[in-house]
Amino acid sequence: MSSKDPAPSIHIRRSPLGRARGLGAAKTGSHHWWVQRLSAVALLPLVLYFIVSVLMLKGAGHAAMAAYMAEPWNTVLFIALIAALFSHLDQGMQVVLEDYIRTDSTRLTVLMLVKAAIALLALASLISVLKLAFS
Amino acid sequence: MAEFTLPANSKVGVGKTYKAPAGATRVKAFKVYRWNPDDGKNPVMDTYEVDLDKCGPMVLDAIVKIKNEIDASLTFRRSCREGICGSCAMNIDGTNTLACLKPIGEVKGEVRITPLPHMPVVKDLVPDLNQPYAQLRSIEPWLQAETAPPPDAERLQSKEERAELDGLWECILCFCCSTSCPSYWWNGDRYLGPAVLLQAYRWIADSRDEATGKRLDALEDPFKLYRCHTIMNCTQTCPKGLNPAKAIGKIKQLMLERQG
Repeated sequence: MSSKDPAPSIHIRRSPLGRARGLGAAKTGSHHWWVQRLSAVALLPLVLYFIVSVLMLKGAGHAAMAAYMAEPWNTVLFIALIAALFSHLDQGMQVVLEDYIRTDSTRLTVLMLVKAAIALLALASLISVLKLAFS
Repeated sequence: MAEFTLPANSKVGVGKTYKAPAGATRVKAFKVYRWNPDDGKNPVMDTYEVDLDKCGPMVLDAIVKIKNEIDASLTFRRSCREGICGSCAMNIDGTNTLACLKPIGEVKGEVRITPLPHMPVVKDLVPDLNQPYAQLRSIEPWLQAETAPPPDAERLQSKEERAELDGLWECILCFCCSTSCPSYWWNGDRYLGPAVLLQAYRWIADSRDEATGKRLDALEDPFKLYRCHTIMNCTQTCPKGLNPAKAIGKIKQLMLERQG
């Protein structure tokens, strides 16, 4: 502390117990945690399937891609992959931002922007699959 | 944002060096964090050279020797010197532990000693633990039961029920685990931390307690419980060899169990 700093003053008189209790338990949290675990488990086989698909389609043209996507199994699995991936991303990013951004206003703003970006990416991916599948 | 650097008036400088006395046979350097709230200066690391041939085997022995013989102003907490009171919890050689249980011989080179990380410092190696103490109080760490105990006896537990508390009752509340947890560093005002959650589970797991549901309700919160991201620093650092991460995992399991 340099001599120019104002004398330290106490801004918080609330008792430690009052602060520890804070606003109380939110009565939520385990659902978010469980759904994130579920999507993580679902992503294990789905990502493997995605890697295999990419390897199989290496160098394929638009027509071959469209034919692959039009197979009902592939359409279903790709949409499942998109759903699991982007919901997992959405929930994971929310936790990360809650961890690291302390200011409420900043956190809300960044959360909204990130969630909007993830939703748009998810929609774009979904439409791409559907366009290929039904072309 | 989370703070990744120390604020300007917490930046640690280089302090004084106290040389070993002439004729010292086995010299070990101890670099100790020093900060005095009264002198208005930044914290520094003072270096004390100690003759290990005239010192006990544990880091606490060395710190006591420094205070007795070299620098009486060095401030730290200690009481039982045998790992049962939890007073001398501090960061030694980069790991939170009890100074009385940490052999000097385990540290290669100089021994760096700092207070428990990310807590306000009262002086030198003494951290302000009011927050974790209050958090412990907030989980109501005492037996809660409506059924009256037998008038002529204590509340009984089977051997199996009592065994559920093993690995939990041994916690001495030194807060080495909570202060090693990055999640507690960033969100300690809302996240209860591993030590307090282990205590919460100690009462949830107690067969004599009848407030299990209420206890789980109080933890059903994205911050109080679910800021635990299974980083496992708590289990790694616990000087008593306990596993707070496992206790937290059990609480999360019970949260699911009661939903479906």
